[in-house]
Amino acid sequence: MASVCFYFQVHQPYRLRRYTIFDSDADYFDEYHNKQIIHKVAEKCYLPTNRLILDLINKYPGRFKVAYSCTGVLIEQLERYAPEVMSTFHALADTGSVEFLAETYYHSLAFLHSRQEFAEQISLHSDLIQHHFNQRPSIFRNTELIYNNDLAAFVAQMGYRGILVEGADHILGYRSPNFLYHPPGDPNTTLLLKNYRLSDDIAFRFSQRSWAEWPLTAEKFADWIHQVNGNGYTVNLFMDYETFGEHQWADTGIFTFLEHLPEQIFAHPDDNFKTPSELIQAYQPSDQLDVPYMISWADTERDLSAWLGNAMQSNALYELYRLEQQVKDSQDDDILRDWRRLQTSDHFYYMCTKYFADGDVHKYFNPYESPYDSYINFMNVLDNLRARLRR
Amino acid sequence: MTPSIKSQTRSSFCPDPSAGVAFVADGQASCSYSQSSADSVWAEAMKILMLGWEFPPYISGGLGTACYGLTKGMSQIGAQVLFVLPRPAAGQAGSHLQVLSPSDLQAINAASADIPTDMPNVTIKAVDALLQPYTGQAQHARHLADLQAIQQAGQPAGEQQPAEFVDLPASAAHYHGDLLKEVRRYAHLVTDLARQHTFDIIHAHDWMTYPAGLALAKATKKPLVVHIHSTEFDRSGQHANQAVYDIERQGMHAADRVIAVSHLTKSICTARYGISADKVEVVYNAILNGHQPLNDRRITIAKGEKIVLFLGRITMQKGPEYFLAAAKKVLGVMENVKFIMAGSGDMTRRTIELAAAMGIGHKVLFPGFLRGQDVEKVYRMADLYVMPSVSEPFGIAPLEAMSNDVPVIISKQSGVSELLTHVLSVDFWDIDEMANKIVAVLRHPPLQTTLRQHGSFEVRKLSWQDSAQQCIKVYQSVLSGRAKRSAEPSADPA
Repeated sequence: MASVCFYFQVHQPYRLRRYTIFDSDADYFDEYHNKQIIHKVAEKCYLPTNRLILDLINKYPGRFKVAYSCTGVLIEQLERYAPEVMSTFHALADTGSVEFLAETYYHSLAFLHSRQEFAEQISLHSDLIQHHFNQRPSIFRNTELIYNNDLAAFVAQMGYRGILVEGADHILGYRSPNFLYHPPGDPNTTLLLKNYRLSDDIAFRFSQRSWAEWPLTAEKFADWIHQVNGNGYTVNLFMDYETFGEHQWADTGIFTFLEHLPEQIFAHPDDNFKTPSELIQAYQPSDQLDVPYMISWADTERDLSAWLGNAMQSNALYELYRLEQQVKDSQDDDILRDWRRLQTSDHFYYMCTKYFADGDVHKYFNPYESPYDSYINFMNVLDNLRARLRR
Repeated sequence: MTPSIKSQTRSSFCPDPSAGVAFVADGQASCSYSQSSADSVWAEAMKILMLGWEFPPYISGGLGTACYGLTKGMSQIGAQVLFVLPRPAAGQAGSHLQVLSPSDLQAINAASADIPTDMPNVTIKAVDALLQPYTGQAQHARHLADLQAIQQAGQPAGEQQPAEFVDLPASAAHYHGDLLKEVRRYAHLVTDLARQHTFDIIHAHDWMTYPAGLALAKATKKPLVVHIHSTEFDRSGQHANQAVYDIERQGMHAADRVIAVSHLTKSICTARYGISADKVEVVYNAILNGHQPLNDRRITIAKGEKIVLFLGRITMQKGPEYFLAAAKKVLGVMENVKFIMAGSGDMTRRTIELAAAMGIGHKVLFPGFLRGQDVEKVYRMADLYVMPSVSEPFGIAPLEAMSNDVPVIISKQSGVSELLTHVLSVDFWDIDEMANKIVAVLRHPPLQTTLRQHGSFEVRKLSWQDSAQQCIKVYQSVLSGRAKRSAEPSADPA
């Protein structure tokens, strides 16, 4: 028996507008571009993929299942700029074959700086999911799968039964991500590990013609999944939703692949699809997983260096969270909302200097010409927020 | 004619790309250049005649620095360079040819210690021509008038037989009134000098040396490579002088290959001079390594005072007025800042007056043209270096600032902005953004730290040896192209 567990991350940040030291208004966000990007991604990814997933669920009722984690800032923007996407998500939720996961409302790095803010954002997010999709999340995934033992303890104490974790080699060692694990001393919380090889085969390598396995067919992939039988329970395929249609364009055949995957999986009678909650129901953790240090799903390092790799990033985060008490004391909803929108991890990812010169994935997602520009812009905005607090 | 040079064959020096012998860089690590056997270069066997017009210590700007660095890089990878430059000192008109070893140069100009003594394969020869570029707008205008007069009188120098140059008067007194004559006389002297030397290729740096390069190429049948450090459009904006333009254009067209210091410059060569893009190679400048700044001895004017540095000629192309406009804006939001404008130029006076008129005269300091130790000192004082150039074919100064651990802001209208990533860049005209970035660097120590850390690493990766190696590749493709062409017709009749 091998299960496939699909989880898609759906997120778009509120990008900042160009904000110089000479600006003094409180409009920090680039409404024009944010709207434009939502429209573009909705058209290329969200709408066609949601429709396809819905068709597949209808074709295989009760058998084809997926999970989503939609950030609060994404849902806000969809409601505002692309309500038709929200209605397709509602339709998906109504099928009963879709699970929505918990995370921080603002896709933030709050866990690293403020446990209180972290908890507040998770509650806000779970409330939002319940409001929209009529289900209360019971599985948690942190921003960019940032995780360690402390996080597991904290999230477990908040009542979540399972947590998604990157299946990093240096954590797993000889062990396989295809089993379930639990954090040290807590057999009641289940850890689901990303099978990064098979996930990345779809998310990154699918259209790479230099890849030995190109072109990747649904049949071939289903065979790989089937080989897990006897050596694990599940293949956790965790990826950005934008993989479909945005990172891998439609003409790469990514939609055809997804369309045919269920029938190929079901061609092996032992294999099936499960949501994270169903996995936890069906299988027991095989071992304890000790993660004393912070890990994430980012870059080859699988650590925090994409958001905390240089002095600018540490400084920007420190200065931002330093304002927490003042912001909350101000009782000003606008200030609180702006402060929280500034917490979205993307702002700090833009400041990353790690691969800057190589023009890779960091650059692709970066609205700024350089990480320095992004830091300067962010600090100017923060400066203004600070000034508002003084008033 | 020059029988001794004509009879000398290139074959003994001509590299054989198929030989597959990796070149060894002067006993140092060599692997980085020899990715494949075809790329490996017999730099040691290559003899290059370089024509320049400045060389330390006689420099007025980046060109001398670039020539020095490139020559040093050549020397380090084992190429033989004969560098000919006009002697800037007046007098001695009777002696057409002055052969100076580096130590002789040092003796003559003991005040400056920058004479290269560490270039084993380089010979520097100074001939008694008086080429002085960048002498200010008034002088430049005079040069241009002279050039026009001479152009009307006859053909450009390069078209003529070198023999015709012999009778030209060679008097230092005529310098201001007779620039093109000097250019031509330089050409003649160079041809004369070249008679006594063997070389494979001629490499001419900027327009003043093109007539000499062309004459020499014609006389010796050696290939000519011209190196564009700046064009007339960079120096004069849209008011390009026709005479200078013509010399540049003729040099680029007649040359076997053109080397541009940036893609920005390459695009000017193709768009403004009608040179086909595949004839132009981009070779970036670099910086001499091994420099260790003394961080712990940072100098400040007053405690808590921040210093923003402009260093370069104070002239239109360097954008001094944009620097002042940004300074004014910065001072609107920050008190404790001083702006230093180091350098001289035809706009110095106007810029000083402008600063005063803007009401920021007390915040802007003009120390004049700085050399050697003083340059290091001013870098050590600076919290930030700004290069607001309107047009900058390359721009070596930011590299110097970075190697002195100073964060830099450069204009996007500079060649060096193609090369650097760990800098801040702005459009020269966007003074709001320039001020925004100046304030950010001064206010946020983490920004300075990150720029310094990554910048000093980035700048240390640049090496003149790499630039020299790229030039050698250009020479090789020119030489092998010629060898092929000369082989084909001889094969046909057989």
